[in-house]
Amino acid sequence: MSEKARDIFVIATLVFVEFLVIILARDIYLNGLHIYTLGASSPNLTIPENYIVPVRIILEVDSMSIFMAIITATVSLAAAIYSLSFMKEETGGDRFYTLLLLLAAGMFGMELTGDLFNLFVFLEIASIAGAALTAFRTRFADAVEGGLKYIVISSAAALMVLFAIGILYAQYNLLNIGALAQVIQYTMLDKIALALLATAFTMKLAGVPMHMWAPDTYSVAPAGTTPMIYIASQACLYGLFRTCFTLYGVTLNTATIGWIVIIIGVLSMFVGVTMAVHQSDVKRLMAYHAISQSGYMLLGVGVGLAVLGNPEALASYGREAMSGGIFHIINNALYKGLLFLTAEALFFRLGTRDLNKMGGMCRNMKYTSIFFIIGALAISGIPPFNGFTSKLMIYESVYRFNPILSVIAMLVSIITLASFTKAFQAAFTGPALPQYKDVKEVPKPMLIGMGILTIIIIFFSLFPGLIVSSIVNPATDALINQATYINAVMGGL
Amino acid sequence: MTQGIPFNIPFLAVAVMIGIAFYIIISQRNLIKLVMGLSILASGVNLFLITLGYRKGGVAPIYTHTPAGIMVLPIPQALTLTSIVIAVACLALMLSMIIHIYRHTGSTDSEKSRIMKG
Repeated sequence: MSEKARDIFVIATLVFVEFLVIILARDIYLNGLHIYTLGASSPNLTIPENYIVPVRIILEVDSMSIFMAIITATVSLAAAIYSLSFMKEETGGDRFYTLLLLLAAGMFGMELTGDLFNLFVFLEIASIAGAALTAFRTRFADAVEGGLKYIVISSAAALMVLFAIGILYAQYNLLNIGALAQVIQYTMLDKIALALLATAFTMKLAGVPMHMWAPDTYSVAPAGTTPMIYIASQACLYGLFRTCFTLYGVTLNTATIGWIVIIIGVLSMFVGVTMAVHQSDVKRLMAYHAISQSGYMLLGVGVGLAVLGNPEALASYGREAMSGGIFHIINNALYKGLLFLTAEALFFRLGTRDLNKMGGMCRNMKYTSIFFIIGALAISGIPPFNGFTSKLMIYESVYRFNPILSVIAMLVSIITLASFTKAFQAAFTGPALPQYKDVKEVPKPMLIGMGILTIIIIFFSLFPGLIVSSIVNPATDALINQATYINAVMGGL
Repeated sequence: MTQGIPFNIPFLAVAVMIGIAFYIIISQRNLIKLVMGLSILASGVNLFLITLGYRKGGVAPIYTHTPAGIMVLPIPQALTLTSIVIAVACLALMLSMIIHIYRHTGSTDSEKSRIMKG
């Protein structure tokens, strides 16, 4: 098979997946959630005859799952297009694209499944593919080191998830999330299982204090795959939310667990951004910002979790805070993905990630610098970009929960702006350096990959109300309404 | 299901294995030993799943020449098989990465072979 045919096949597959996801999303927003029972005579036959519990693997797709799937499909497509020209200068392209598609498959599996063990399997698939992609350029010692750190953390986290699944199975003889949610008691063993699941997912999403692997891994992953590995950690964020809201729901002590999530979120925001300020490696800087931005999502959704048992507070600000946090997931996936791609464009042309050795690149790389400006303004929460909308939703609602948290969030946003101003000034402005006189703009596929994300960012910035009401609020309601998720499997039993 | 003392021995073994595994992962600096720790952790979790699937007097669900008795639901065994396969894939990937790290830095000591800090 020639290389061109392979490239076309990969891009066509991802375009087709994006198309399928959008069709499915439209159907879910119109008709409610979908279930698919694997191996059953009818997809809706969740409980086989002569059984009282669901034993088959069930895929369950609600508005929250499809929301994550939209993010995964879009970012994977942009990342794959971006990788096309990068792979022209590397060998082993077949394996690269196989791993890339495997990583996408792992993420989709995690997001669309309704079965805990299936979640574990796809978590491992995504981890193995992600680690192999990170260490893809084995000629660099740091790439292998980043890959090893990722796989060690991932397999330890995945085994903790499996142990928690074992504990839950031992008590209830169930693996299905909906069926478990119906009978879960919040006994001591359930608390241990929750602690294991939450720790494992926090480890994988690089929440402080378990964030040490993230800068090393994100900074060495090859072009295009950094956003995907970042989205894989967002899929683990989804796993955490699914565990807290759908699996345990109001049975757990929501105020305590909510506060734990909030504290991890605030720590991630603050530690991430303070570590980012003094970095001189452009991708490490962005990796620390990625940790910091995950903190906003944890903060927003954590506030929603803390007031989940209190319908009045939930209606007045909890739901708004959750929507802000969830909207931040998609915004962040877009602009953080774009920023990782621009950083990789600099590395592709200059051969260095050190900001101190760069300068004057806006003369040579016009489009890349425009993309960088848009991404930097969006991540810093400057109006009218989409980062501003989601951050404002978080500030407003969290202020009514606890004003200090809101103030910290704003402070972090200002430091983010300062840090990106420094990065932009170091890389793109200043006098032209003689050693980079002949540096050209990156090839077209890279520009198209970045362009796709930029166009979506601008669209989201222009119509934030439309996006929030059409895709974000349904996702929030899907997390809050545990009963809908259970009924789809158990059929109101 | 009887809850006698012999029944608890496998669970104690699980606890001991997971404890040893976490001790190795946290305390050891040699990368190969780190991978051994993860492997012991995987074995401990697998033993836990297999122990859960044990039912006194249960019969394995193999439909040819089945002895009389109640068949057990083979879900824990199926989970364990899947988990073993995944653990092998992880192990192979980790060891191959360590070979590359050794080639680059000449050491498998995590303090000496570390490049990225801060």
